[in-house]
Amino acid sequence: MRVKVLSRNPDDYIRETKQDLQRVPRNYDPALHPFEVPREYMRALNATKLERVFAKPFLASLDGHRDGVNCMAKHPQSLSTVLSGACDGEVKIWNLTKRECIRTLQAHEGFVRGICTRFCGTSFFTVGDDKTVKHWKMDGPGYGGEEEPLHTILGKTVYTGIDHHWKEPVFATCGHQVDIWDEQRTSPICSLTWGVDSISSVKFNPVETYLLGSCASDRNIVLYDMRQSTPLKKVILDMRTNTLCWNPMEAFIFTSANEDHNLYTFDMRFLESPVMIHIDHVSAVLDVDYSPTGKEFVSASFDKSIRIFPVDKGRSREVYHTKRMQHVITVKWTYDNKYILCGSDEMNIRLWKANASEKLGVLVPRERAAMNYNQKLKEKFQHHPQIKRIARHRHLPKAIYSQAKELRIMREARRRKELNRRKHSKPGSSPFVSEKKKHIVAVVK
Amino acid sequence: MSLPGPWLGGSPAAPLIPPISPHRHLLLGGQRGHVAALDWQTKSLLCEINVMETVTDITWLHTETMFAVAQRRWLYVYDNQGVELNCLKRFNGVLRMEFLPYHFLLATASETGFLQYLDISVGKEVATICTRGGRLGVMGQNPANAIVHLGHSNGTVTLWSPNVKEPLVRMLCHQGGVRAVAVDSSGTYMATSGLDRKLRVYDLRAYQPLQSLVLPVGAGHLSFSQRGLLAAACGDVVQLGLPCALTPPVSQPYLSHTLPRAAHSLRFCPFEDVLGVGHGSGFTSLLVPGAGQANFDALENNPFRSQKQRQEWEVKALLEKIPSELITLDPGQLGRVDAITMEQKHQERVERLGFDPQAKPAFQPRRKLKGRSSAGSLLRRKKKVANEEQRVRPSAPEREPKAAPRAQRPALDRFKK
Repeated sequence: MRVKVLSRNPDDYIRETKQDLQRVPRNYDPALHPFEVPREYMRALNATKLERVFAKPFLASLDGHRDGVNCMAKHPQSLSTVLSGACDGEVKIWNLTKRECIRTLQAHEGFVRGICTRFCGTSFFTVGDDKTVKHWKMDGPGYGGEEEPLHTILGKTVYTGIDHHWKEPVFATCGHQVDIWDEQRTSPICSLTWGVDSISSVKFNPVETYLLGSCASDRNIVLYDMRQSTPLKKVILDMRTNTLCWNPMEAFIFTSANEDHNLYTFDMRFLESPVMIHIDHVSAVLDVDYSPTGKEFVSASFDKSIRIFPVDKGRSREVYHTKRMQHVITVKWTYDNKYILCGSDEMNIRLWKANASEKLGVLVPRERAAMNYNQKLKEKFQHHPQIKRIARHRHLPKAIYSQAKELRIMREARRRKELNRRKHSKPGSSPFVSEKKKHIVAVVK
Repeated sequence: MSLPGPWLGGSPAAPLIPPISPHRHLLLGGQRGHVAALDWQTKSLLCEINVMETVTDITWLHTETMFAVAQRRWLYVYDNQGVELNCLKRFNGVLRMEFLPYHFLLATASETGFLQYLDISVGKEVATICTRGGRLGVMGQNPANAIVHLGHSNGTVTLWSPNVKEPLVRMLCHQGGVRAVAVDSSGTYMATSGLDRKLRVYDLRAYQPLQSLVLPVGAGHLSFSQRGLLAAACGDVVQLGLPCALTPPVSQPYLSHTLPRAAHSLRFCPFEDVLGVGHGSGFTSLLVPGAGQANFDALENNPFRSQKQRQEWEVKALLEKIPSELITLDPGQLGRVDAITMEQKHQERVERLGFDPQAKPAFQPRRKLKGRSSAGSLLRRKKKVANEEQRVRPSAPEREPKAAPRAQRPALDRFKK
């Protein structure tokens, strides 16, 4: 009698030689894959734990400066070059792949207050405490030559910052007022003031290239239009802003680093209320730089740490610190979105990974597929309490940790007091003011 | 194919067959202490030992390298060469065992009414539950959610999880004691047979009975195949039914086979159309067309895996081991929103802040020009949106019955007064 039953030929399922790949027949019927949610959850938990295990962001420390690093500039055409200016007037050009200094020049007597590169990458500008603006060539002098600037401009007052236009041969300096210069001229094309004494930084907008933003010492941020040669509007905050940075992807968004430990992301069209307040630092925020994707930015603070914030969130996703790194003055995010450079006042420039657990170098396709899968799993289960707890956990130095705890207690106390006041007073007499609006004093057009 | 058993001794010994493992190995155990492990497809013997004690149940652990034997006094774990690896004295008087593969847990039911869970990857006892149900001789496992089903002598079947000291569900299934319990591989149907000679099939999602069959001799052992066929051992006859939850009970079973002696256990071979039966004179394997799953997934269970593949699979399985705290009646619960916690957290937040951050602000009508923004028209616009939450919209099906009577009326009705 013929009976039709399952019969399999082992040759169809076992490989012929050791050189062949193993055969892996698949059946995606969910009945054959029970417990899909708990198993995926365990995989997500493992992925989150491994991410913390492999989170080793510190790459290298570039030392060579003989005084604190005051400012940094990125080379627009070369990913491996970075320029830094120190507090003793020295400017160094570094090669990041070899992690060494390729050129040193004594640019100023006194601090190098600002450094910026021209958009073509062939030259750069520096300003210093000796009231000069100097224009240098990017390539060093030939053998036996001396370091000489291409051009020196003497001013009457100290210049505190410089930034170059992203497309035209125009640059802007700030100090007493904001001056816009043409590269060929020795006097500014126009000077923009709005009744304030000293301006600490100026930045050109990379997308709408005729717009400028500046931070002044009387707690305001002023926006200028180069075509009209007039200031556009200003917003007055609670405390002074140290620097600002424009979002390279969104034309109208900029983030300002403030003395009250916060960063404010503004939409320049609606300055009445910031788009987001980023609260995580415990001391004054000194510098901010955007990632080339425009989705995140990095901030350097007087508490000896740097933090990476997403643009749409109020809390940082990452904090980098080392025992050896003291107050961080300047920070930059490289143009390939992978590295962060920070210069601190203990004369070192440190190179960090932007994604702490990322594997650098070329990834084999299987590795890449596994990493993508793990990334997706982490995203899918990110809200589960155990996974959230592990993903959020970061070690903080004792000073920052205790200061943050104290600030939290203070904030809670203030909130409770306000709540009690509201409860025991006439309803409607104390309206709810959103946290965003609390720090803005006024907007002036 | 029938294996006569001269080695089983003179008096009828009762071989028991635990699951033919997902990796096509067969474990045979005789009541007198004879234990044999073999690769069923190539018929090569792995080991054959005599443990010198009564064997009540045997089962493979996560791979074909280890198996557990419940002997008269204690629980022993052996290597596939027959070397004794562990003797677990805390597990005494074990009558039945079930291995939960994705949790690496061995659930054991003892004659004193204790249900114990052993985590074999770390070797710790996860839970000991005093079931207060008397002698636990009937045990089954729901492969879809790792819940253990125990049958009791008062006709109830109780469902257990290692996290809860009380049974999750208690179902009254039979009027006499329960003789056998089996759950199908998708976890939707449970078949039970009792001393009242009835074979009942229940829907496990609603805990409602679906079918009830009267068998002249009650079924002592039940087993579901991968494709839903139910095998019942009634004395010395093995009967197979079609996927019984889907079809009404028919008077004749799909297949039936008479064995030389009474059957003592039966299991289907995974991915093959074969049913293995252990009876008084040995082991018989029966061909059952349509019982096995034809297409296996090599990343889950691969009957043709090499040693290297098995080692890698073992590492991945251990990494994915589900902790016992996640065993619940609904395995997909982790993927759902925990609405209760969300509500609690929201209330705490409202209390702390003093206002509800998620509350929508009051509707403010937009300012219109050309005199359309007078006080009266603003009030009219506000009233349109007022009490929006309290409104009960008429549901769509209510409108359809109005349409039907209209069509049924004759067309000339409209000229009638």
